[in-house]
Amino acid sequence: MSARYGMVIDLDRCTGCGSCMIACASENNVPSLPQATARTGLTPLLVRKVSNGEDGERRRAAFIPIMCAHCEHDTPCVKVCPQQAVEVDKATGIVMQMPQRCLGCRYCMTACPYHARYFNWWDPAWPKGMEKSLNPGVAVRMRGVVEKCNLCHARLHAAEEKAAAAGKREIDPADYEPACAEACPTGAIRFGNLADPDDPVSKEARSPEAFRLLAELGTEPKLYYKSKEAWVRALAESNSARNSEVQHG
Amino acid sequence: MASSTLMDARWIARGEERAPLSRFLLWLAPWIVLLAIGVYAAGLCLYYGLNQTNMDNRFAFGLWIFLDLGIIALGAGAFFTGFLVYILGRTELKPILNTAVVVGFICYSGAVSILMIDVGQPLRAWFTFWHPNTHSMLTEVTFCISCYLLVLSLEYIPLLLRNRQLKQLPSFFVFEHQLHKLVPVLAAVGTLLSFFHQGSLGGLYGVLRGRPFAFRTGFLIWPSTFFLFILSAIASGPSFLILITATVEKVTGKKLVADRVFRRLGYISGLLLALYVAAKSIDTLVWLNFTSRSEGFAPWQFYSHKPFGTPILFAEIVVLGLLPACLLIPETTRRRRWILLCAAAMACSGVLLNRFVLTVQTLALPTLPFDDFLQYRPSWQEIASFGGVIAYGVILYSLSYRYLPLFAAPKEGDPPHVSGH
Repeated sequence: MSARYGMVIDLDRCTGCGSCMIACASENNVPSLPQATARTGLTPLLVRKVSNGEDGERRRAAFIPIMCAHCEHDTPCVKVCPQQAVEVDKATGIVMQMPQRCLGCRYCMTACPYHARYFNWWDPAWPKGMEKSLNPGVAVRMRGVVEKCNLCHARLHAAEEKAAAAGKREIDPADYEPACAEACPTGAIRFGNLADPDDPVSKEARSPEAFRLLAELGTEPKLYYKSKEAWVRALAESNSARNSEVQHG
Repeated sequence: MASSTLMDARWIARGEERAPLSRFLLWLAPWIVLLAIGVYAAGLCLYYGLNQTNMDNRFAFGLWIFLDLGIIALGAGAFFTGFLVYILGRTELKPILNTAVVVGFICYSGAVSILMIDVGQPLRAWFTFWHPNTHSMLTEVTFCISCYLLVLSLEYIPLLLRNRQLKQLPSFFVFEHQLHKLVPVLAAVGTLLSFFHQGSLGGLYGVLRGRPFAFRTGFLIWPSTFFLFILSAIASGPSFLILITATVEKVTGKKLVADRVFRRLGYISGLLLALYVAAKSIDTLVWLNFTSRSEGFAPWQFYSHKPFGTPILFAEIVVLGLLPACLLIPETTRRRRWILLCAAAMACSGVLLNRFVLTVQTLALPTLPFDDFLQYRPSWQEIASFGGVIAYGVILYSLSYRYLPLFAAPKEGDPPHVSGH
């Protein structure tokens, strides 16, 4: 059975601690580049801080982790890549990036509405000694290619190998969880199979509190958020709100 | 020096007057310096990587892509003139044909050179031919531009072989003669390829569903920008040829092309520009009222970020579109040379502004509700690299003008009314 892996991130639980970013970088051998800026760094998972725009006691803040939303329909990055370095894995729904085939034209980056794709502006480098901590299951990307979140594909491979060794065709869901979801101390990031109606994450994604960013683009992202805070929902869906205002105003 | 002057004179076509070698070298000197700086800057980008630019993860395309799109549009005069002369039989435009080929070759070879610096892994460029994604507009652009550059090279070679010294070699003479027979076929192939890649360059942005400012619906698989880019390119290409030829006339102090050729080019440019303005206006109205709203965005919010307000839209459609079209179409205004040149310059500027809006404004605008409007300033390496391409163009054109029969067609004997050295 084909899976549709996705996430639900409970924004009310996210404290902005950044553990997910560290776990992501560590798992996927993302280099630490002191020369990089906020606009040129590699952050396949980036926690954005937003506020309600008020001051003093009425000020409220929230953290929104942004990563590849693994768009299901008319996937913007897949259709623009000139040399098929991006594809949607039909078995998992994961949007895969193949850095070894990437030309570095960055057309996919202009196509991504979530700005969740990153270019390797520099050669990968680690402080002396830290290269010993690299994950041997993940290839280091070279300068001049694009990368992004692939839902810790090395972990999926490991789970598939384990299942195959046990003579099973399907992986045990307990064997596959991306590093960010595993590392989140408050359990805000939940990972699961959206195609399985009984999966708790799938149920959460269908709850009234769940929403998706830029859902109206019609790309069917598999990254859901949820919040009980009205202002967070209003902010996240503000494109629609502005549109409605103009249409009715 | 005397011997080198004598040597130089042997390469210049008989009966043609050219500036003394010393003055020609003096003219080339600053361009050679600019080219050297450009090559150095490009070398830095290739050796150290694209961190030498000021592009970033949001501004993944920058100055280079804008200018690439711009010069490819302006270079459309090459294929379009060939189409008019060889396919539609407008032989009165033949005197401009050679210069159109050289301008086209410069524009396309310059654009391809910059593109090779602009990609992160230039050595993987062949991957696009080996693993092509047939759904990507960029694949179409890559195939068509590569093929068309080959066509332009084949069109340029006969011109090159007509050099006074080269044509004395019998094998070159025969080769040139045989190749020349192919020119009408090359013109037809070039037209086909150019229609597709000019359109695909527009399609590059029109298909970006994730960038509602650029996204357009269209006909079958082609967004409306596909057709608008073709129209705007064939409208501005003849205007660019007018400007280039007029500049060469000014610099050399010679009357190179009959005024009626200028006027004919201006008329064609004006007509197509009018058609483009009408199509662009309809497209804008459809986008404002339907496309953008269906994507969940109120269109006017895109114009709330300064300096990208509605004046740019007005300038693109009216000031640099409708106005030059109105000046180029009537015979009365077109006959006045300064009006013709101003209108041609406005038409070219309008197309450049369109490419700027689509490349830079699209990326500057936020998409996520909590994103910021971003600014980007190109680094000196980006500017110098492109300056190098401009210098390459000037040098190649100057050499072609000096040693090749660019304007060899009979002139009407119009008295020169331009001055220069």
